[in-house]
Amino acid sequence: MVERKVEVINKLGLHVRPAAMLVQKASKFKSEIRLQKDDLEVNAKSILSVMALAAQMGSFVIIKAEGEDEALAVEELAKLFEEKFGEE
Amino acid sequence: MPLRSIKRNKNKEVCTIYRGIPASPGVAIGKAFLLNREAVEVKEKKIDENEIQKEILKFKKALDETKRELFKIKEKVAKRIDPDHAKIFEGQILILEDDLINDRVIERIKQTRNNAEFVYKKVVEQTIQTLSSSTDEYLKERILDINAVSSRLVYNLLGIKHLTLESIDSPVILIARTLSPADVVHMKKESILGFATDVGGETSHVALLAKSMQIPAVVGMKDLFDQIQTDQSIILDGTKGEVVICPDEKTLEEFEKRRTYILKKTVELSELKLLTAETQDKRKIELSANIELPQDADSALEYGAEGIGLFRTEYLYLAQSDLPTEEEQYRAYEEVASKVFPKSVILRTFDLGGDKFGQNLGILYEANPFLGWRAIRACLDLPELFKIQLRAMLKTSAKKNIKIMFPMISEVEELKKAKALLEEVKDELKHKKIPFDENIEVGIMVEIPSAALAGDSLAKEANFFSIGTNDLIQYTLAVDRGNERIAHLYQGFHPAVLRLIKETIDAGHRNGIWVGLCGEMAGDPLATVLLVGMGVDELSTSAMAIPEIKKIIRSITFEEAQRLADQILSLSTINDIKKVLIEDYAKRFGRDNK
Repeated sequence: MVERKVEVINKLGLHVRPAAMLVQKASKFKSEIRLQKDDLEVNAKSILSVMALAAQMGSFVIIKAEGEDEALAVEELAKLFEEKFGEE
Repeated sequence: MPLRSIKRNKNKEVCTIYRGIPASPGVAIGKAFLLNREAVEVKEKKIDENEIQKEILKFKKALDETKRELFKIKEKVAKRIDPDHAKIFEGQILILEDDLINDRVIERIKQTRNNAEFVYKKVVEQTIQTLSSSTDEYLKERILDINAVSSRLVYNLLGIKHLTLESIDSPVILIARTLSPADVVHMKKESILGFATDVGGETSHVALLAKSMQIPAVVGMKDLFDQIQTDQSIILDGTKGEVVICPDEKTLEEFEKRRTYILKKTVELSELKLLTAETQDKRKIELSANIELPQDADSALEYGAEGIGLFRTEYLYLAQSDLPTEEEQYRAYEEVASKVFPKSVILRTFDLGGDKFGQNLGILYEANPFLGWRAIRACLDLPELFKIQLRAMLKTSAKKNIKIMFPMISEVEELKKAKALLEEVKDELKHKKIPFDENIEVGIMVEIPSAALAGDSLAKEANFFSIGTNDLIQYTLAVDRGNERIAHLYQGFHPAVLRLIKETIDAGHRNGIWVGLCGEMAGDPLATVLLVGMGVDELSTSAMAIPEIKKIIRSITFEEAQRLADQILSLSTINDIKKVLIEDYAKRFGRDNK
């Protein structure tokens, strides 16, 4: 399993648009991918679950992937966070 | 006043007249179309054991259908508006496909043997509840998306058609519980003959827009929506504020006559368009038009406007889903400026907030939007956005027929700050050698009582005043102009309001600047003589009202108008003031006119 902690740095946090991008990206990988914020852990391929994280700007999220493409999955998902989901 | 009167037509159908608040003049005759956007009632039903698979299939089919609809909207948004915005609908599609809900729905249909729509609604409600337990501020917005998706799906499960205003293309009279300003912007004039809403007051932005788009409208109908059916023949009279359901032949004839009369009168008055608005003793009043969209400039000229006294630029914003770029703004301002050249255009900077909700500006829910973060307050907090607008405005000014006006100024410091930003943009343009009018006139809306009372100090910093009576009345009298329960307290002829107007005009003149008036009052024939008498230099109103106001101005002398104004300002009640004005009007123009 590969894990990485990332910070939410886009202004509006994981609202519908970024959550959609995240779920679309996560769904491309075969690995099981989960996101953890505080003590809540959810399936990264379900938009409602991702939204339930209520990850605002400034909060930290741990990306966890397990499966054949786990390294790449974490790499690419972390990139989305770093690039502020294309905002601004 | 009775809310309705009932008679029977010859088919024994009940002919009912409903009264509301007149919002936009004109008569429309046609078929009613009910805009049904309410949450539909979903009933619990039991299904047979052997129907379960069918019910699940029904659910899956509705999912497919909804997905297709959302995909179409997404494509349209991507092509016509902005690919970035299409992501919102991609998000909605993902919500629709989310197994968190769908697996549970299928499971529950099997377990409970309930109908799909009932189960689905329950599961969505539970999901929303789990989401609501978090303390996140943005949750509201997310729930809106889930609701949008789920109501669309429930509609499809029940086989009800989902409608947007753009998709209405046969001529109808639209009946809705409520409409947003953006809804009105999307109306096609050839398909919406008129509209009525259950909520709203005379000067809500929905009413203002309808007026400027020349779509007859009645608002504040209270419960009309529940009394009427799609396809019923109705008459809508936006001048009187009435809706007649199932009219008999005699009533129909009567209204057809009225419709022709109003059209004829409009033509007759438009012949006045080449004449100036000048009193018999040669005091000239500048009579201009208020517009919302660039294309409104055409009808403004057609009705004889001597310029654009108020271009409400925020409607550029409402017609699309994001703030217009500098280029888009420039094109809109340039279109108006060149259409009316050499006449001038007063561009009012964005007045967003209030009931013109600006999500993309970060304006979230406020308990008191009219007392909140809007107009110049928001613009001064977002200087970079504001400067984009100022730059677009200045770039349009090279031909020297542009003036800039700031809304919601409440004290001198705000005006100074706004002007400082304008100077920064001017320097920038000078540096880049982009031509603009260096002596561009900069004025303010006087629409907050504090501004009206600080006229002398504001006048030293402004080139002109334009009194915005709609907000001035609402802020002076503490009356929400959209609340139909207290709409009767919204009175422009309140002595306090009239004194503030007079004080503003006098302060402007004492300091050598001109003073206009651009609220609804400028188009009220009952107010014209009074306003001229109080010394106003300019009146800006909806295009359609211009000919009639011009006719009044041309028939009076400034001297007698001043006498009337003096008399009115000495009165202490609204009733006395109205009585004198109505008598004066009747004496001059005959009783039947108003």
